[in-house]
Amino acid sequence: MSALRRWLAGRAAVVGIPYVWLAVFFLLPFLVVAKISVSEMETTTFKDIVAWKDGAIAFSLNFGNYLLLVQDSLYFSTFVSSLKYAAVTTLLCLTIGYPFAYFMARARATLQPALLMLVMLPFWTSFLLRVYAWKALLTEHGLVAEAIEALGLDRALAALGLVPGAGQLMNTPFSLVLGMTYTYLPFMILPLYSNLAKMDLRLLEAASDLGATAWTAFWKITVPLSRAGIVAGAMLVFIPCVGEYVIPELLGGPQTQMIGRTLWDEFFSNNDWPMACAVAVTMVLLVIVPVAVFSRYQAEVQERRT
Amino acid sequence: MKRAAFFGTAAFNRAFARGWLLFGFAFLYVPIVALVVYSFNDSPVANVWRGFTFKWYAALVNDRELLAGLALSLKVAFSTACASVVLGTLAAFALTRYRRFFGRTLFAGMVAAPLVMPEVIIGLSLLLMLVSLQRATEAWFGVGFPERGMLTIWLGHLLLGMAYATVVVRARLQTLNPQLEEAAMDLGARPWQVFWLVTLPMISQALLSAFLLTFTLSLDDVVLSAFLSGPGATTMPLVIFSRARLGLNPSVNAVATIIITLVAIGVVAASLVLARNERRRAQDMAAANRGPSP
Repeated sequence: MSALRRWLAGRAAVVGIPYVWLAVFFLLPFLVVAKISVSEMETTTFKDIVAWKDGAIAFSLNFGNYLLLVQDSLYFSTFVSSLKYAAVTTLLCLTIGYPFAYFMARARATLQPALLMLVMLPFWTSFLLRVYAWKALLTEHGLVAEAIEALGLDRALAALGLVPGAGQLMNTPFSLVLGMTYTYLPFMILPLYSNLAKMDLRLLEAASDLGATAWTAFWKITVPLSRAGIVAGAMLVFIPCVGEYVIPELLGGPQTQMIGRTLWDEFFSNNDWPMACAVAVTMVLLVIVPVAVFSRYQAEVQERRT
Repeated sequence: MKRAAFFGTAAFNRAFARGWLLFGFAFLYVPIVALVVYSFNDSPVANVWRGFTFKWYAALVNDRELLAGLALSLKVAFSTACASVVLGTLAAFALTRYRRFFGRTLFAGMVAAPLVMPEVIIGLSLLLMLVSLQRATEAWFGVGFPERGMLTIWLGHLLLGMAYATVVVRARLQTLNPQLEEAAMDLGARPWQVFWLVTLPMISQALLSAFLLTFTLSLDDVVLSAFLSGPGATTMPLVIFSRARLGLNPSVNAVATIIITLVAIGVVAASLVLARNERRRAQDMAAANRGPSP
């Protein structure tokens, strides 16, 4: 009996401590943000939504911020462009990362740990500094800028509308997407690699014995089997990109307004806390579906492993 | 065994695969190499090469702002890493050992969410919660707690670090052989003895990886620190970020080179140690499986 009680006490502590911690420091803050987003702004601070007024409780809810978010075309287009840049970045990461992970997984087995290490190493080095590095490469006289201009690619980018003119690469949609693709590429490669490396290659042999071409086998077997890896990688890239602040601030320009930057400016420059909160709540609503997909996938992978 | 051939011949495929990997690694590494090279550049224009110099490194010694930031960052990173490993291990145990408890789905979601949730949201919401707490304590007790500063930065980093530590420790816990713990129980060990003497030594490498990962994460974080820092508590990434925002700055390159070198050495050394331990463990296991020598 006492052993059972001890086991239950141990269980309560193991589950309870991290549970309470997350509830207080992760869940509760969201509720606070939701509350502030519907309170009114006064000159220096926000008003409480519940107040004592003449001996009675007075509620004052203010949905003006949300109304503004929907009606003001500037906010709306910022949301749209954040989603657009995040989607383009995710696609680019997938295009570069899928073949990369595939070839890595099919490389010689002795070589694979070293390749994996080489993918992880940039991930360990400072993200901020790696983004900053692109600034030097893309501004005038920068290494990559010179290379792009020498190849005449800047004119192609200008024709696509990604840069305002030939020779202007920095602070454009191009530099923003390049920076985000660069930063998040390892997040795409790693789940894809761990998925593709586990694949049963006999399936491909069977397909080829049954007369499928390698190309058909790839699309009908390899790609569907790696779906979980694709979903995980895409979520790991897409969700943080929607709310990205540092990369748009360092590599983006006036054209590339993103929602993370809007939230930051509302909070730090305009000091409009309720508005910043309304932006945050809207952002959470935008990413909540992808987050749910991601955590369900995460749970599935973990359960399968046990 | 047949490789999945894309187009044409096997030789073409191999060349294509190699080319793609090479291109990918070039993409990942060119900026880092450029960052290091330009840190030795004797030119006021940071991206035009004009000869070799160490002057940016010499200037760092007198860079009060940066050094103070580094000191704070190291303190925060160390305490974040320690606490993250503890909380992450508890969360990982809860998720692997207890299949059913009230609100398990919510718990699993809360553990994984900080991995992807945009940092501006985490930073803003945690800050506003702490500000509300501070106002409430000020109204009730006359003293506002917590002040914005090292403690609040630590709380933010811990949220992120815990999520990463949980993933790392959980992956290891799932590969453990449960029979070892059962055997210890059968031999009369108490649960905490099983944990200390059997489980902990087996997951120690995962704990080390989690520690290193959360340490570097905290050392690098800009957004959470920006929201949660207070007057006089400026971490190193905040100093670097405010300089990088204004333009190219050779001092940033010099700091970057030092950090990159240290991290590269650390990661390579840690993975060598881990690989050696892994080999030794495999040998021990093999020896144990052979049974007692005659």
